[in-house]
Amino acid sequence: MKVIPITPLGHLAAGNCGEDSGEVPKLDLPLTRRNLLRGSGLLMGTLAAGSALSLLAPSRAWAVELKTLSSTEGTALMKMGRVLYPHSKLPDAVYALLVKDLDAGATSDAKTTALLRDGIASLDRASGGNFAKATAARQLAAVKSLEGTPFFAAVRGKCVTSLYDNDMAFAAFGYPGSSWEKGGYITRGFQDLKWLSEPSKEASPAPWMG
Amino acid sequence: MAKIDNNDDSVVVIIGSGAGGGTLAHELCTQGVKVVVLEAGAMQSQATYINDEWKSFSQLAWLDNRTTSGTWRIARDFPNLPSWICKTVGGTTTHWAGASLRLQEHEFKTRTHYGDIKGANLLDWPVTLKELEPYYAKAENKMGVTRTNGIPGLPGNNNFKVLHAGATKLGYREVHTGNMAINSEPRDDRGRCMQLGFCFQGCKSGAKWSTLYVEIPKAEATGNLDLRPESHVSRIEHNAAGKVNAVVYFDKNGKEQRQKARVVCVAGNSIETPRLLLLSATTQFPNGLANSSGQVGRNYMRHLTGTVYAAFKDPVHMYRGTTMAGIIRDESGHDTRRGFAGGYEMETLALGVPFMAAFLNPGGWGADFSWWMDRYTHLAGMWIVGEDMPRETNRVTLNMAVKDKWGNPVPNVHFDDHDNDIAMRNHAFKQGERVYQAAGAIRTFRTPPYPSTHNLGTCRMSASARDGVCNKWGQTHDISNLFISDGSQFTTGGAENPTLTIVSLAIRQAEYITRQMTEKAI
Repeated sequence: MKVIPITPLGHLAAGNCGEDSGEVPKLDLPLTRRNLLRGSGLLMGTLAAGSALSLLAPSRAWAVELKTLSSTEGTALMKMGRVLYPHSKLPDAVYALLVKDLDAGATSDAKTTALLRDGIASLDRASGGNFAKATAARQLAAVKSLEGTPFFAAVRGKCVTSLYDNDMAFAAFGYPGSSWEKGGYITRGFQDLKWLSEPSKEASPAPWMG
Repeated sequence: MAKIDNNDDSVVVIIGSGAGGGTLAHELCTQGVKVVVLEAGAMQSQATYINDEWKSFSQLAWLDNRTTSGTWRIARDFPNLPSWICKTVGGTTTHWAGASLRLQEHEFKTRTHYGDIKGANLLDWPVTLKELEPYYAKAENKMGVTRTNGIPGLPGNNNFKVLHAGATKLGYREVHTGNMAINSEPRDDRGRCMQLGFCFQGCKSGAKWSTLYVEIPKAEATGNLDLRPESHVSRIEHNAAGKVNAVVYFDKNGKEQRQKARVVCVAGNSIETPRLLLLSATTQFPNGLANSSGQVGRNYMRHLTGTVYAAFKDPVHMYRGTTMAGIIRDESGHDTRRGFAGGYEMETLALGVPFMAAFLNPGGWGADFSWWMDRYTHLAGMWIVGEDMPRETNRVTLNMAVKDKWGNPVPNVHFDDHDNDIAMRNHAFKQGERVYQAAGAIRTFRTPPYPSTHNLGTCRMSASARDGVCNKWGQTHDISNLFISDGSQFTTGGAENPTLTIVSLAIRQAEYITRQMTEKAI
């Protein structure tokens, strides 16, 4: 299971102008010159207060540092993840995990970087300029137009593991994961369904309780 | 545990430690035979099993490269993962769900009962249910199968309650929590099922029978077993007389080893077993060992499968408790009025969120896919497992263009559904949907077959050496001291989960091998 590393924003928060404003953020980040030249980015956000997910994290603020992709590219891929697998109950932090995993692939392989950059450019073209800012309908059409391409396959394939195999997704979908640490479900509701008639004792004998 | 010398040529070498190999080892050792088990996978235990779907998959699954071809959807969605089986001590008995059903009488005689179905290579088994019954009884006792030997059935979980309510409303009569090799009460020094919900990831409580912690320790206790994990067999050798006499493998350090043998039993599951016979070709056996019939690798069967998931307005929490928590058996008979030969079983099945995302609709995306994931806690699921047709063209071959890390060609698995398979699957999907609709489902979904867990038939038994690879004992027609000891032996697949039959055949084969060795016939 992958857990998002939640970085307290602290000193970063003040300098967070975001890409949307068009201003170049001047962040006091420990970035090397080489990383800057490669266009590293940062994705950040805040988990909704009081949500089950915020209880999982040490801080409601989250940040994902990208090594190869830029913030703009990361944002586009996050949006693409939401078009592919739209879940209102999943916060952006989960979609940021997708970008984190794609970025890791890009960092270890230049071909992947090119695949992702070209794909994002195609998304922008298909949505009339800026995919991330396009309407939901245009975003959906743009993603659909790329179905069957290696870029689409790479992002969609990564979604399957990045979006659905982490603590936040488990909490959002109501899946508790491993149960043996709690003694399984033998005394914790494995047969607590009450909205249908009970099977006979022949069909389903009572559990052995010693 | 015994330490057997590589040059000891009096031993039986078993390749694989799963349902077939692990059971055979225990039976032979108990009868005083010295056995070397070569297992490609590593040793795990109940303590090291990981109840996390992807991590467990990395720990237990057979992930060596394989290729696929044919019209089955697996070739598109999982081109390098035709099967979902295990590479670990205990083989796929670590991953199996525990369903332990006997094949039905007519399923041993499909050529007789189904007739000559075009495009199917049907053949009667050279063994009958009556001959196998005493061994089924021994296997059920050994494995502690519920609803046999006075062992109560398991308590049904919520997923079963949904299946049961829908099935009984629909008029199905044989609906219960199954015949499972999972302890419903303590037995054989193992506790009862804790309803952990991770049967597929290795049972951490040990309630589910597995050769890893049932057969193999008992075999070791005899002092006759030398178990060698992380030993990947690359070929079987023979002498000038055409008898096998050694097994070559790479040990855990990648070093080539040669274990001499009096008898060799292959139990590597239905892809690796024929691959190994093909890899062992020599000038004397140019088409591979035991392949005078040309049937090695052919007639690959994977059971007709599919899954029906259903969403309800009230919660189910299907992930709680045994994965295969109950069964509907009413459709398992042979009744051609349904438009196909053979039958199928309907068994509950549940996946966690990670695997649901991967397998619900491979390649699927968009709002509709998300709709299903959003309702995860409100879903119920059933797996369909039915008899598929053996076809000569569905086969395991060597892919000469792709090599494994030892330089050997990887297996290619080719599969095309037979029309009978398609007709049966459609019928089963329809009935599965009707079951859930009767229980109040708001929507149902047809999930295509997962990578195959029931791999069968690639070294099949036959009465005549012309039609198959081995005889009724699993002894190859061509080489008397070479045996097939896994599901590759199956002449046809039946509708039932195959493990109980594999174990029964292994118990029977052990008696035969011991007898033959005593009589110096082998």
